[in-house]
Amino acid sequence: MLAFLLRRIGVILLTALALTFVVFWLTNLPPNLEKLAKSEASARMSDAEVDSWLDRNGYGGPLLVRYGEWLGVMPGWTRTAEDGTVTGRCVARGGDPAQAPRFCGILQGEWGMSTVFKQPVSEIIATRLGATGVLMFWVMALMVPAALVIGVLAGMREGSRLDRTLSTVSIASTATPEYVSGVVLIVVFSSSLVGLRWFNGSAASAMDGITFENFTLPVVTIALYGIGYIARMTRASMAEVMTQQYIRTARLKGASFPRIVLRHALRNALIAPFTVIMLQFPWLLNGVVIVETLFNYKGFGWSLVQAASNNDIELLLGSSVVAVFVVLVTQAISDIGYVLLNPRIRVS
Amino acid sequence: MEDLTWIQILAALAGRFLPVWIALAVTLVLSFWFRRRLGLYGRLFDSPIGLVGLVMLLFWVFTALFADRIVLFDPLSQIAQMKNKAPGTAIPTGIGHYLLGGDNLGRDVFSRMVAGARRVLIIAPAATAFAFMVGITLGLPAGYRGGRLDAGLSFIANLVLAFPVILLFYLLVTPEMRTTGLLTWLAGVLFLFPVIFFILLWNSRFFMHRGKRAAYLGVTLVVGLWAWSGLALNADPLGVWSMDPNLLNVFVSVVFVNAPTVFRITRGLAMDLATRDYVAAAQTRGEGPWYIMLWEILPNARGPLIVDFCLRIGYTTILLGTLGFFGLGVAPESPDWGSTINAGRRLLTIAPHPALVPAIALMSLVLALNLLADGLREESLRD
Repeated sequence: MLAFLLRRIGVILLTALALTFVVFWLTNLPPNLEKLAKSEASARMSDAEVDSWLDRNGYGGPLLVRYGEWLGVMPGWTRTAEDGTVTGRCVARGGDPAQAPRFCGILQGEWGMSTVFKQPVSEIIATRLGATGVLMFWVMALMVPAALVIGVLAGMREGSRLDRTLSTVSIASTATPEYVSGVVLIVVFSSSLVGLRWFNGSAASAMDGITFENFTLPVVTIALYGIGYIARMTRASMAEVMTQQYIRTARLKGASFPRIVLRHALRNALIAPFTVIMLQFPWLLNGVVIVETLFNYKGFGWSLVQAASNNDIELLLGSSVVAVFVVLVTQAISDIGYVLLNPRIRVS
Repeated sequence: MEDLTWIQILAALAGRFLPVWIALAVTLVLSFWFRRRLGLYGRLFDSPIGLVGLVMLLFWVFTALFADRIVLFDPLSQIAQMKNKAPGTAIPTGIGHYLLGGDNLGRDVFSRMVAGARRVLIIAPAATAFAFMVGITLGLPAGYRGGRLDAGLSFIANLVLAFPVILLFYLLVTPEMRTTGLLTWLAGVLFLFPVIFFILLWNSRFFMHRGKRAAYLGVTLVVGLWAWSGLALNADPLGVWSMDPNLLNVFVSVVFVNAPTVFRITRGLAMDLATRDYVAAAQTRGEGPWYIMLWEILPNARGPLIVDFCLRIGYTTILLGTLGFFGLGVAPESPDWGSTINAGRRLLTIAPHPALVPAIALMSLVLALNLLADGLREESLRD
């Protein structure tokens, strides 16, 4: 088990390293840097001026060295201007170069400054991630129980009318991406056309305080897309369990149907959905970005879109690190959890 | 002219789709007649869910096919008085009605939806087919051979899969990215896979028939590399094959995102099927590895692959919509569904129809593909 864990962690670290390097490379391609220089200094710079600006601000070195500096495993660049002032990656503006640390990358907690929000990236990500965390909590609280109930009800009597109905409902829900269901929900529940006006079509006010009116639609929109998929997995797993020998034994013993489902089948049927729920996180991230844009909720997904569309390299890098980290950790949890939950699998 | 009532709108819509109804009726009657000879497709008529999916899918296929006859107005032409007008509003000059209303620039929502259907139904299946070529060509040897090749390819596939899709799109599908030539390079690699696939396919099949082998390989190489030079490198000497650079960006990104999943599925299937007796028999006969992979394993893996192909077209449609929703890689006036939804969502509470129409269209197409896949799965498991 220990060897398995160590190997898993090794693969995760390797993947994280490769992925962050790819993101670093893609965000630091020459055209992006040129755009950064022009937006930070002056839009009418000549090519030579752009090059010298990039060189002065530490974007001139080889890509691998800059990646090392950003990661915090290479000493940050320093540079002495002709008048003797020292600037550097780790030197605060106006600070004493002698006091500056040698390394300052994300490993040391230096995530850089956002050019759009004029704030440290770590602060932005912390607050935005908190907002998204609240959203995700409610999504999970709605999605997981709903999906499991639908899946178990559909799977306990395979082929019944209840199964057919619920399966069709789950197919319909997986076929409706967030930007479609969001639009439909807004039209139905908050436009003057239908006239229900139960909920707000925007979640911008949810940043100050969550209410039933402003938070229901975003949560339901994300949850809907996931419910169908998890429910179908649960249904398949439940249907398989219901054909097992021990279920037949329980039946012959004279146990009532609810008792068979709850006591004998349920626990075994929930192993597969656990993995699926964990693997849903990368897709939820997708949904979060769409829903936060659609409902104007200023969370992590919203800041990712802002960073990407405004060429905010540091913020984009920081957001990517978090996103990649979330995806990899949930993958690992799903692997390890599957091994722990399923007594039939032995890792040695 | 008078504005139309809802019943009149529905009647007019049904009339506009007349070519679709005729084609649909002919196809279904013919398919039903010959259903016992059509294999898996014919057996769809035994599955209600699959049949519903098939009818809905055929509706959209024929809509895309006859789009030129169905549209009422040019999807790009604007009439200033028709901004955000409700469905069925008559045009002031008296040349007709906007059946499903006008959008925020005074364009016909109905015509744009139909024009968008053509775009989606060309790009999504094509991109999915390319992803399948890449995934199958790499997945078969990974599953059949295993070992280092498998470990390396699987690591790369997992790398792409761990990448948040939306982030990848934001990094890849930007105007700046085109100037770096990175995507042209990626297109050059990815678009080569269909050529490789067919060369391996013919070469392994006709290895002993010199003449046939030369003919098949020659035709594949000439046509394949000709199309490749035009589509991927935009350097076709005759100028027949070409692709809009914006579209190429979108296409390559979608193929790149989908290929690893296909790879994983094919790899799993190949690993399973490699232990079968007919593979051992082929090995004993002394068949080459590519013959076994492409002519023994692949035909036996077709069931799950066809089902996944259907699902994946739907998923690709969703991805294309997502790209359009964020305004990535589409021309500003493009009628594709994602960007139309995005344009309409700002006025959702005042004029919902410009966003609602493409939203429902997209949902029904993806639902059709999902239902069809479900029906196919059920029918292919029956035997």
